[in-house]
Amino acid sequence: MPKRTDINTILLIGSGPIVIGQACEFDYSGTQACRSLREEGYRVVLINSNPATIMTDPIMADAIYLKPLTTKSIREIVELEKPDAVLPTMGGQTALNLARDLHLDGYWKEKGIEIIGVDIEAIDITEDRQQFRDLMERIGVDQCKSRTAKSLLDAKEIVLELGGLPVVIRPSFTLGGTGGGIVWTEDEFERKVLRGLELSPIHEILLEESIFGWKEYELELLRDNNDNVVIICSIENFDPMGVHTGDSVTVAPTQTLTDKQYQLLRDAAIRMMRSIGTFAGGCNVQFGMEPGTDRLVAVEINPRVSRSSALASKATGYPIAKIASKLAVGYNLDELENQITKTTSACFEPSLDYVVVKVPRFNFEKFPGVDEELTTQMKAVGEVMSIGRTFPEALNKAWQSLEIGRGGLGADGYEEIDREEVRKRLLKAYWDRSLQVRNAYKLGTSTEEIHDVTKIDPWFLEQIQYLVRLENRTEGQTLYTIRESDMRELKQAGFSDRQIAWLLSQSDVENVTESSVREKREKMGIKAVFRMVDTCAGEFPASTPYYYSCYEDENESEVTGRKKVLILGSGPNRIGQGIEFDYSCVHAVLASKEMGYETIMVNCNPETVSTDFDIADKLYFEPVFWEHVYNIIQHEKPEGVILQVGGQTALKLAKQLTENNIRIFGTPFEMMDLAEDRGKFSETLLRLNIPFPAYGTAFTTNEASEIADRISYPVLLRPSYVLGGQGMCIAVKKNELEDHVRTLLKSHPENEFLIDHFLEDAIEVDFDSIYDGEQLHICGIMQHLEPAGVHSGDSTAVLPPYSLGDRVIDTMKDYQLKIAKALNVRGFINVQYAVKGSEVYVIEANPRATRTIPFVAKATGRPEADIGVKVMLGAKLSEFDLESKLTCYAIKEPVFPFDKFPEVKKELGPEMKSTGETIYFLKDFDDEHFRKPFEFKNMYLSR
Amino acid sequence: MHQPKTEKAILALADGTVVHGFAIGYKGTTGGELCFNTSMTGYQEVFTDPSYHGQLMMMTYPHIGNYGVSSRDDEARKVMVSGVIVRAFSHHYSNPAADGDLDSYLKRNQIVGITGIDTRKLVRHIREKGVLNAVISSESDDADAMVDKAKKWPSMRGLELASKISTNEPQTFKPGQHEFYRPVISQAKEDSIDPSVISSPALKTSEEKTEDKGDSILPESLPDAGHSRKPVTRTLFKVAAIDYGIKQNIINSLVQRGCMVRVFPATTDFETISEWAPDAFFFSNGPGDPNPMDYALETVRKAKETGKPMFGICLGHQLLAITEGMGVMKMFVGHRGANQPVKNLKRGRVEITTQNHGFAVDPDTVSADAAEITHRNLNDGTLEGLNFKRFNGFGVQYHPEASPGPHDSSYLFDEFVERIRKFKEQNGS
Repeated sequence: MPKRTDINTILLIGSGPIVIGQACEFDYSGTQACRSLREEGYRVVLINSNPATIMTDPIMADAIYLKPLTTKSIREIVELEKPDAVLPTMGGQTALNLARDLHLDGYWKEKGIEIIGVDIEAIDITEDRQQFRDLMERIGVDQCKSRTAKSLLDAKEIVLELGGLPVVIRPSFTLGGTGGGIVWTEDEFERKVLRGLELSPIHEILLEESIFGWKEYELELLRDNNDNVVIICSIENFDPMGVHTGDSVTVAPTQTLTDKQYQLLRDAAIRMMRSIGTFAGGCNVQFGMEPGTDRLVAVEINPRVSRSSALASKATGYPIAKIASKLAVGYNLDELENQITKTTSACFEPSLDYVVVKVPRFNFEKFPGVDEELTTQMKAVGEVMSIGRTFPEALNKAWQSLEIGRGGLGADGYEEIDREEVRKRLLKAYWDRSLQVRNAYKLGTSTEEIHDVTKIDPWFLEQIQYLVRLENRTEGQTLYTIRESDMRELKQAGFSDRQIAWLLSQSDVENVTESSVREKREKMGIKAVFRMVDTCAGEFPASTPYYYSCYEDENESEVTGRKKVLILGSGPNRIGQGIEFDYSCVHAVLASKEMGYETIMVNCNPETVSTDFDIADKLYFEPVFWEHVYNIIQHEKPEGVILQVGGQTALKLAKQLTENNIRIFGTPFEMMDLAEDRGKFSETLLRLNIPFPAYGTAFTTNEASEIADRISYPVLLRPSYVLGGQGMCIAVKKNELEDHVRTLLKSHPENEFLIDHFLEDAIEVDFDSIYDGEQLHICGIMQHLEPAGVHSGDSTAVLPPYSLGDRVIDTMKDYQLKIAKALNVRGFINVQYAVKGSEVYVIEANPRATRTIPFVAKATGRPEADIGVKVMLGAKLSEFDLESKLTCYAIKEPVFPFDKFPEVKKELGPEMKSTGETIYFLKDFDDEHFRKPFEFKNMYLSR
Repeated sequence: MHQPKTEKAILALADGTVVHGFAIGYKGTTGGELCFNTSMTGYQEVFTDPSYHGQLMMMTYPHIGNYGVSSRDDEARKVMVSGVIVRAFSHHYSNPAADGDLDSYLKRNQIVGITGIDTRKLVRHIREKGVLNAVISSESDDADAMVDKAKKWPSMRGLELASKISTNEPQTFKPGQHEFYRPVISQAKEDSIDPSVISSPALKTSEEKTEDKGDSILPESLPDAGHSRKPVTRTLFKVAAIDYGIKQNIINSLVQRGCMVRVFPATTDFETISEWAPDAFFFSNGPGDPNPMDYALETVRKAKETGKPMFGICLGHQLLAITEGMGVMKMFVGHRGANQPVKNLKRGRVEITTQNHGFAVDPDTVSADAAEITHRNLNDGTLEGLNFKRFNGFGVQYHPEASPGPHDSSYLFDEFVERIRKFKEQNGS
């Protein structure tokens, strides 16, 4: 059936602020949906409260409502926009729940609005554990033994029935498995049951036979109105059952299933999807499989585009959300073309000739006292994806992508391997499990032992063992003795030059450097080549410019003669560096295109819009890691690089780019470096006669203590070159300071750290602007509700300021211009101020796109990111319409993950802890969105 | 896992391309038409698919051997491909239910293989140049000699292979019996195979396993997408299956639906088949070019005269078409994988299918009064299915028995059985 002509306007519901379990993958799906539907000529009306998203950008939808995600807002929008249909499958569980609530009220029916892309009755079945069980039983799909409980007493009875502990708790209707987990012991039983009952909106939990240690699989499906079903991607979890799939290392396609077993999964998944209504769209099914048998149990089904859909789309090149949207408006799969090959049908199952590994990213360091064990409740804040021709290669590349300073899976001199520690870390699931497996092999542990403890499939373990064998071999070689074939094998196994340098330094008297390894292998003719992600394992020609690197014989990425710009993404989402940078990256791509450049995007975060293959002219799905970035630069020879939109990840590469004579667009590297170097920056401020809090820099505890005495307590302590206030804290007295310094030295060795006098009870202001060398454009001045000391990302920010006098604001404008000039800024410049009385102090300056750029852009209706990037590329501010459309106050409210970490105290300080934000427009201050945070503004401030 | 990289091997293509890698499997030299398969699971089923007889099989998925080998995954009694080409071979496997590792299995079956080479480059090469012959050697590193050997390797065009791999004695499979297909190796073949290989433990294990594992050999519920059901355990119909290289799962699919299947050698004369009094005829898949198979065409013609239902898969489908005056042509690259979308033009539905063919019926030669085109490939429009009008038969170019691959098309076996039932009803037997 071709597309429907009886509907014109479609309401799309977004997923709101980024929280653990529902992150920027829904910006990816929502954005694809918007583009896909508009491509077909539909009018798209969007509601989403998250200002950091691309989907809420004016270029994405016809009408955008930045309103709280409540049924009330939706009703208001429906009255105004009169949509014909609502598509709730692109905004995660939040959107589905809203659509469901309104459905139960009979609202959609009353308004004559059709729900497309999902069968709303199906949601109840899939979310209600008992109904789901009954259904699975009817269609002959096996289940874990289980029953629902509504009270502690129920729960106790059920455990007896299931044959005792361990059991799994799953609360009904919660996001990302909140409140779920395995109960091992009697003492934790009561606590976990009660918490689950509390967190479930209908106060119901499911108690389930533990299939801990079973193999875990996921399939991504698409179905059309004609009931054609295809499997887009199969995913195998490296971590067996017991770890939430969002927290697991996962691999695509499946690695250890025979065809007969895989087909059992496929058949069951199709049967399951067909059993839950007749909707056309995407679906995700999860299974557990008993090792050594064919016993398969269905774990869950999500009749919507899910977190794994984003991963599956990037892993296969099949744009699931885009196609699912087209199916929702009536197309059948066989009427659509394969978006990658453009010559074959969209109704097919991608075949991969590479291996994809996803590794989640955690932020436990920000939450002292947090329980780091991975359970059935998701704790990861982001993820990286890597592509290699083999699993070992992809695994190493994933570790290079993680942005935790590692050169790969170990072998980079970071480790002190302690037998006890390794054993302890392997007994339960922790975030660094794959690394601990490597360490265990380093200690001579056998595959059998490791498997026995971790239940990880031996095939995966042996792949890691292979890496360790290569390490051991290389440790005995030197840069002069290593053979070409050995070097090639290392590179094919994904080892970075940095790792190889470290390995070759083990037997050598001199220290081998990363660049000498590069030089050596290039002389041997070992260079990265780029292969295409083509959905069909090379069977058909494809022209979509989506590439990954490997060390093989043939390069498929042809370089054009156009002038090019390379845009560096921000790597995995984490607290302090998230979706905001994806927003800016997408704008950097679009703006550069408009300036006549061929755009080349480099990033490794599968949840992003910037890594959609149809955003940039060319996409390299690669770690934002020096070696890989340099490989791409050598191949593409761009005119320059834009790194001011990729957060700290991209910025860190500025030095190496400059050393290798690669042009950085916008503000020169020396000036970016100056802004980071407290000493030089303070000299500049001094010269400009701009006040700043007294400070000092130190490398040791003693130095720190002396400085603190000199500048007087309380002091603010932080390492250089961090984002999101990582490791920052306030100390009011000497022994506290010394404790903090010791901790810092452990987590940030060799880093110098800064000690500032802390301005108590000051008002903090965030000032975003763009400077073109002549004119300063004020993007936005945001006043924080919370006192200085709470990280700017965690503060409730009000735009424009609500209680600052004109004099203070004029002073800031004056300082801002002086700083922009002094730093020779071209493009973005953000300065943070502390205002105490009428005195304005500069806290820091960031000559790059900041986290607040998307918020400001949404509030003012000006494309700030776009303007900033164009100025970097040489445009003048006078060419733009700089009129602000903001007529009231815009308020940015942070969202925290404390509900996921119940054991952690809710306190705010200089270290950022929020995962997301919402925007809200205020007419006056008698609004609860202002009043509430205002009342509580001092409550959670800690040191 | 990753090979002890000592033994080198070489792959030489008839166009002069030479690639160096590492040896897997049997030490020796082998040749054939170089083709690739894009299935991500099911390497053992692919290697034992008789339709691949005499071909060098390159798997596009890099890791091969991960789950070892298991007798229940054999589609025939031995490995049918003449050589194996892999990117990253797993010497170690993980699968508690497996019988052993793939390397030993290849050795026992005397299959020469090569690993550690850029398979994607070769796939793209074939895609551009069309299929061509090649030689793998783990005993000679004389590149020029190997290229020369590849050049001289006989072409598949006009090559009759079916009779060489067919069973040489008829064999019956009855519903209710969970039996594996164990045809006796034909005399011609036996001569060229080391007897120790035939009696090797690997070939025996499957029989042992059959006994131990009982029901688990054939799943209790039919693995049919959409619904599950139990296999029929009593005989409803008798089907004569002519073996040009029949896959085990075709027999299983028929037996599970209540058909007693008697598998006849390819060259059995029609009278012998008739004597068994079948209710219907099945013409199997198989390797090579159908055009020179006069003996088979003769059987098809005679079967048509009986008016009984006929079903052809792959080569069998092509044979049915040729007897109706249609042309079968060699394809540029061929379809080999488990993700080929085929549209059923009657139902309007799409099936994801397993395919393995280098020849296809030319749709321009299909006259409207001879047959209706029932299936087409969505990617390139290739003819995938025919319903014949002048006799009671139908055929598909792809593999509804899957193995490896999706089970979307297993309904075709239902349709065949339904035809038989109707025919019997109408003819009062």
